[in-house]
Amino acid sequence: MIRYIFRRLAAGVVLLLVVTMVVFAIFFLVPRLAGIDSDGLAARYIGKSPSPEAIAAVKERLNLDEPITVQYWEFVSGLVMGQEYDSGTDIIHCDAPCFGYSFKTNTEVWPQLLERLPVTGSLAIGAAVIWLVAGVSIGVLSALRRGSLLDRAAMMTALAGVSLPIFFTGLVSLALLSYYWPIFPPGGSYTDFTENPLAWAHGLVLPWVTLAFLYAAMYARLTRAGMLDTMGEDFIRTARAKGLPERTVVTKHGLRAALTPIITIFGLDFGLMLGGAVLTESTFSLPGLGKFAVDAIRGSDLPVVLGVTMFTAVFVVIANLVVDVLYAWVDPRVRVGA
Amino acid sequence: MTAPLDVPGAAEEAQPEAVAQTGGTRDRGRSLGQIAWMRLRKDKVAMTGGAFVVLMALVALFAPLIVSLLGHPPNQWNREMIDPALGTPMGPMGGMSGEHLFGVEPVTGRDIFSRIVYGARISMLIGFLATLVSVVIGTFMGIIAGYFGGWVDALISRLMDIFLAFPLLLFAMALVGVLPDAAFGLQDNALRIAILVFIIGFFNWPYIGRIIRGQTLSLREREFVEASRSLGASNFYILRKELLPNLVAPILVYSTLLIPTNILFEAALSFLGVGVEPPTATWGGMLSEAVDYYDSAPNFMLAPGLAIFLTVLAFNLFGDGLRDALDPRTQS
Repeated sequence: MIRYIFRRLAAGVVLLLVVTMVVFAIFFLVPRLAGIDSDGLAARYIGKSPSPEAIAAVKERLNLDEPITVQYWEFVSGLVMGQEYDSGTDIIHCDAPCFGYSFKTNTEVWPQLLERLPVTGSLAIGAAVIWLVAGVSIGVLSALRRGSLLDRAAMMTALAGVSLPIFFTGLVSLALLSYYWPIFPPGGSYTDFTENPLAWAHGLVLPWVTLAFLYAAMYARLTRAGMLDTMGEDFIRTARAKGLPERTVVTKHGLRAALTPIITIFGLDFGLMLGGAVLTESTFSLPGLGKFAVDAIRGSDLPVVLGVTMFTAVFVVIANLVVDVLYAWVDPRVRVGA
Repeated sequence: MTAPLDVPGAAEEAQPEAVAQTGGTRDRGRSLGQIAWMRLRKDKVAMTGGAFVVLMALVALFAPLIVSLLGHPPNQWNREMIDPALGTPMGPMGGMSGEHLFGVEPVTGRDIFSRIVYGARISMLIGFLATLVSVVIGTFMGIIAGYFGGWVDALISRLMDIFLAFPLLLFAMALVGVLPDAAFGLQDNALRIAILVFIIGFFNWPYIGRIIRGQTLSLREREFVEASRSLGASNFYILRKELLPNLVAPILVYSTLLIPTNILFEAALSFLGVGVEPPTATWGGMLSEAVDYYDSAPNFMLAPGLAIFLTVLAFNLFGDGLRDALDPRTQS
């Protein structure tokens, strides 16, 4: 077990390096390949109509005139050890972990990321609970009553669910349940959990359901297919032949085997979910990480976009690592096989 | 586990390249393609989806013609349709009438129907081309990983896992954000479309790659591949002549199912403001403009939303039907 965890940790560190390279390439290499020189690139990091002095300063700070390897090294060491930016008049310390510095608003990105993390976290965790519970139970029920009216209705809804864009379901739910029947607050209202847990939950119901709907639909389809496969297996027949009650056969034997792949997929879906969170936050104007990135793109504040991208990428790597380890703990076959 | 085909008289000729039937009026065997087509034709839901897809493709193709017949160019402002005090369309239902089928936009008064029709062009174009990119990369990587195995497979599989685990939407947003307005000999919308096609296609290849890899893994062990190898065929020959033709069915099915995913991806990017630049009409872009009017002009939000929903649903229904038709194991 310990060896397995160490191996996973080592793989995770390698993955983190690869991820920083990819993010670095997106932000510094690809624009060069597209023909932007270091002045042009520096200008993009400042925003609209920068002065020549500002460009020179940013070029200096981001080491844009250095060879690409030096740039990458400075980029990574900045993340791990912090960085110092010379703003002309005084030196700004960006403490580790330094996720960049917005030259537009003259603020560090990291504290702002931390400030917005609880919003995205609240959204993601609530939605994940809803979609796992709803998706899996609907999938199991559909599989057990295959061909019934319930099965057909559930599968039609699920198909509609995977075909509906989040930002459309979100808008429709706002129009109906916040405007025509004012049950829930309009978009843009977020109350912190520590302030008022009830208002927090009340304000998040629509975003949760909107985000969960898409994934619940996907998981219902997956669970149904997995459950149908499993219930046809020999060990189910054996369990029934032993005279076990049907309830035990379904929950202890069928569900357990059918759920294993669902857990794997859940681990892989973190990244996808963050994408969904970006759209949900934009639709409901929730002040989370996704909205932060989208607003930064609109206001061409590239360091913020870079910070959010890097942060979520690192988060996904760590989340996957945790899932891997938990998975090995739950299922002994994994650590033996790996 | 062979399922009975629900085709009259097909039970005896269910095998691919079926043996000629003795007696009767039909004495010719049917190819796998013909059998699939027969099964597909009986699947009413899938055929409805397919018909809608064809309709949308035609709408996209003949958008200028359709719009010129109705006489409201997509970017033309119709200020006379707007209530100057409120900025919302005059008349009932957001200005819907025989003249403006889906009503007009708030503030600008642009014709929503024309914009939906033109939006179809962007969605379909990017959806198709991006899928093409994904299929080319995915098939190439999948077939190589599955056929050669070993460290090649380990490397490509790991790469696919990484791709699937990342917040691609954020990466795509970032890429669109850093790229200039003119590059690679293209500019403005042509460049944007090219970038979107490349990004969406490039980020979605592992979906196809995984499936192709799995299929190749099982095909690789089959006798005809063994036979070809023992006859001295090169790896390249086996990949191209023995494996690829057998992969056409899954490639076709999963391309059909990837197109709607890519259409949703494009709509999401346009919704976030990193898609094709306004005033060009896109479904996602229209929805993002409709965010502020969901209370006063619901038709503005419903038109593009339903356009995306119905198109994506149609592709999904057709794709599911195609998969069932091409897969001899599925029961109808």
